[in-house]
Amino acid sequence: MNVTLKALTLVTGHYGSGKTNFALNLACQQAELGKSVTLVDLDIVNPYFRSSDYPDLLSSRGIRLIAPKFAGQTLDAPGLPPDILAAFDKTYGDNDVTIIDVGGDSVGSTALGRFAPRIRAMDSSMLYVVNNNRPEIAAPRNAVAILREIETVSRLSASAIVNNSHLMGGTTPEVIESSVEYAGQVSELTGLPILLHTAPIALAGLIRGVDNLMPVEIYVKKPWE
Amino acid sequence: MSNKVLMKGNEALAEAAILAGCRHFFGYPITPQTELAAYMAKKMPKIGGVYLQAESEVAAINMVLGASSAGVRVMTSSSSPGISLKSEGISYLIGSDLPALIINVQRGGPGLGGIQPGQADYYQATRGIGHGDARLLVFAPSTVQEMVDLVFKAFELGDKYRMPAMILADGMLGQMMEPVELPDAAAATSERKTWATDGHGGKRKKNITNSLYLDPYLLEKTIHERRLRYDELNAGYQMAEEFYTDDADIIVTAYGASARVSRSAVVMAREIGIKAGLLRPISLWPFPASVIQRLSASAKVFLTVEMSMGQMVDDVRLAVNGVKPVDFFGRTGGVIPTPAEILTAIKNLA
Repeated sequence: MNVTLKALTLVTGHYGSGKTNFALNLACQQAELGKSVTLVDLDIVNPYFRSSDYPDLLSSRGIRLIAPKFAGQTLDAPGLPPDILAAFDKTYGDNDVTIIDVGGDSVGSTALGRFAPRIRAMDSSMLYVVNNNRPEIAAPRNAVAILREIETVSRLSASAIVNNSHLMGGTTPEVIESSVEYAGQVSELTGLPILLHTAPIALAGLIRGVDNLMPVEIYVKKPWE
Repeated sequence: MSNKVLMKGNEALAEAAILAGCRHFFGYPITPQTELAAYMAKKMPKIGGVYLQAESEVAAINMVLGASSAGVRVMTSSSSPGISLKSEGISYLIGSDLPALIINVQRGGPGLGGIQPGQADYYQATRGIGHGDARLLVFAPSTVQEMVDLVFKAFELGDKYRMPAMILADGMLGQMMEPVELPDAAAATSERKTWATDGHGGKRKKNITNSLYLDPYLLEKTIHERRLRYDELNAGYQMAEEFYTDDADIIVTAYGASARVSRSAVVMAREIGIKAGLLRPISLWPFPASVIQRLSASAKVFLTVEMSMGQMVDDVRLAVNGVKPVDFFGRTGGVIPTPAEILTAIKNLA
């Protein structure tokens, strides 16, 4: 399914829920739809498995990447890049979308807080990515608790849920099908709609009874895969 | 449905330690192991355990020593530069015959180095962890599942042989996620420690844990007694995994994350008709020398792959003992070798 995005989309969630792989897929999909896409890597907490590790993929799709200055610099002290301000200050045309891949948990979302007033004034949405195979959010009420922490520090409210439940290499159609009920419970507890469910492209055709399914490429891999 | 969950290596190490009965964690944050400490900070208070972020690594390891002396399962975790700071305390643990679990999620070095994965602390873990005639149990997992399993093993053997044990991981293993099946907490075995300084209550002779022996003959006797335990471990607990080694001409030896990459390279080599195999040490001390000695009879050449300038390769050479050539390929400073690079190194030997 193709997603219609607002000018600014924030991708948040528990760390390890698959935000980065989802954000990369979302950016590629929007580029394919002819949008002018900017992807911001706002993860200033974790130096591993991040959007800015994929510059070749992004540039090949014509996606602009804004990444924090982090590893590779002299100091082990992450800072926000000055060009991130462009994401909030620029005048968005009908064709422009910006996707922000936010760091995990409330720690990662803290970086959003200072931009909250600007974000609230914009045409924006905040997505909350969940994966019921991550132990700390496997119980729907725990997923809600982490969302509330994220909302508190970011001073923003989530607008929809993305069900990205998977078991990496151990993902089967059943893993995804059985997560739909979980996503529904998170939706019920929060009152937020489920924007979509993801499934690896190879499995998408085998999944039964799931609406709003977005087939995703697995971009975030280990060095030996 | 299996009861598999998706965990980061760092989280899995922490959860496994809790399941193995560890209720005491003393540490200090450092990338790329911080999720482990963060996990403990969240979990320990909920289960009646102790999480304490010390003022430094040196303080943390001495808290570990105190807790271990009192007879409880205790651990600390850090990454390369932090382990250097802890090495004094580790030597004291060894000298006091005290068990403890020490996690090193290695990064690039020396000095502050970098924050990407490394394997350049092999010498430190197997040779130079503190001063003195000292040995440390060292285990090298290569999957998140194995991280869990080896935490149990490390506690079990550490308690049995009264010595600290290290899990030598790296930033890639610590940060990556894999499906994992957690064992039942009941799987943990822990016998009461009769030597613990946990209060005699007037009912037994007092216990003393100490690493200071001013009488050289007494110190020598103590070291010899410890040496006997080392010999027993060396004879009975060498651990390694073999992959396509039966008919292999080229044996790649690698541990941890570089073994994962090497495994992919071995599969690629087999696809183009090169008889390659992988020998993956799981225990780094005791080093699985006997299996390498066996393979050196049938293999034509060894290729050791590490994320360092070449450290474990020394142990491979000692085990091969000049019978066959031993070559080396490595990337270092936080760079992970690619399967293609290792395949090229294999092809050069074919």
